Amino acid sequence: MEKRYQLNKNLAQMLKGGVIMDVTNVGQARIAEEAGAVAVMALERVPADIRRDGGVARMSDPKMIREIKETVSIPVMAKARIGHFVEAQILEAIGIDYIDESEVLTPADNVNHIDKTAFEIPFVCGARNLGEALRRIGEGASMIRTKGEAGTGDVVEAVTHMRTMLNDMRRVQSASQMELMRIAKEFGAPFDLIQFVHDNGKLPVVNFAAGGIATPADAALMMQLGVDGVFVGSGIFKAGNPEKRAKAIVEAVTYYNDPQKLAKISEDLGPAMVGINIEDIDNKERFADRGW
Amino acid sequence: MKKIGVLAMQGAVDEHLQKLERVGATACKVRNKEELEQIDGIIIPGGESTAIGKLLATFGMMQPLSKKICSGMPVWGTCAGMILLAKKICDQENAYLKTMDILVRRNAYGSQLDSFVTTQKVKHVAEKEIPMVFIRAPYIEKVDTKVEPLAEVEGHIVAAKEKNMLVTAFHPELTEDDSFHDYFVKLC
Repeated sequence: MEKRYQLNKNLAQMLKGGVIMDVTNVGQARIAEEAGAVAVMALERVPADIRRDGGVARMSDPKMIREIKETVSIPVMAKARIGHFVEAQILEAIGIDYIDESEVLTPADNVNHIDKTAFEIPFVCGARNLGEALRRIGEGASMIRTKGEAGTGDVVEAVTHMRTMLNDMRRVQSASQMELMRIAKEFGAPFDLIQFVHDNGKLPVVNFAAGGIATPADAALMMQLGVDGVFVGSGIFKAGNPEKRAKAIVEAVTYYNDPQKLAKISEDLGPAMVGINIEDIDNKERFADRGW
Repeated sequence: MKKIGVLAMQGAVDEHLQKLERVGATACKVRNKEELEQIDGIIIPGGESTAIGKLLATFGMMQPLSKKICSGMPVWGTCAGMILLAKKICDQENAYLKTMDILVRRNAYGSQLDSFVTTQKVKHVAEKEIPMVFIRAPYIEKVDTKVEPLAEVEGHIVAAKEKNMLVTAFHPELTEDDSFHDYFVKLC
């Protein structure tokens, strides 16, 4: 099992410097692959539509996930509800490459997340701060993404969560050995993982940004803040010219440190998704607050 | 000291950089033509070959890189890097750099659930068995006579060499073993 976990962390390493795109059908999956996505997230509705439609959001139809899997050669991910280990079992049975235990779907358990160590398939989980990230890793996640606020096209929460993560890490790193247990208690994080961050100054797994990335500049901003890659959900297929925007975001993640290239990349992309300001979303409708 | 570049369009770049420094080379990322001119050898890392290939094409790196390789600059492709170097790719019309006379099969073992680790000896590289990590890995289906196979797993070629070009379907940069990086730096 230790070997399997290592392999699962390794796959996330191969995705670094790349963009993972939400797709809802075969056509979009092709566009994503053609644009240079490193993986696709197969789901029935992008977060912006889930937010608009309301109701319970669940795992997607396995048939639709299978069709996407047959269409592309890049890794395929799909979402299970928080705590819904049977949805995860089904996704594992389909033989996709990664499960996202996601706050974008309606949680199935108000207290517990999935025991990810019980699975062979890797999991990525969302986090708003270091404690949450380490709890998920403690449960067996082999990749983390900052949550941001999905379906808004507003990058502010993604930035907040990444900055919080960085601040938390600096604090753990600069603390003395004697203070680590106190911090583990405060963060609600496993002690051995706090010890790892203290010794290494980074998470033990790859960390992507997600939730609100809508432009090449947003993607480059997150990269410059220190994430390993980005997830783009509604930002591509809710925009005016998905093909062009998808390609531009891929390019921006490679050349995130080159403003000249970024300027060129950002030209003439057509309208970005309209988006919602985070302040306009009622607290209880915020996806990021789901998960514990 | 040799200066070795790691192509940094996408993928596991840092892992190679760290390894290179550990075996005593100077390592740097390569993202443009200028950086390509300043190195003695280059590693094309693991990642998604489709993504790396498209970025190479869009930013005008495909020709300069294949030219450099054809003129004799040592290159080592791991996983996606092997696919990018191949002249032919199974079930795919087009290839990328097309410098090495091999036919490769992408995702040859299946999905992530089929990723695995094994140990093997590799000709020229190490006397002892070294760990091999296969992540959604390709393998080599066929080689031209001028290509020397270096290792086989379950009857498929997973490492090979042709003149200045070295390829592995697996990821030595993800293990504790340094012998592959040692070997490549000596080629440079």
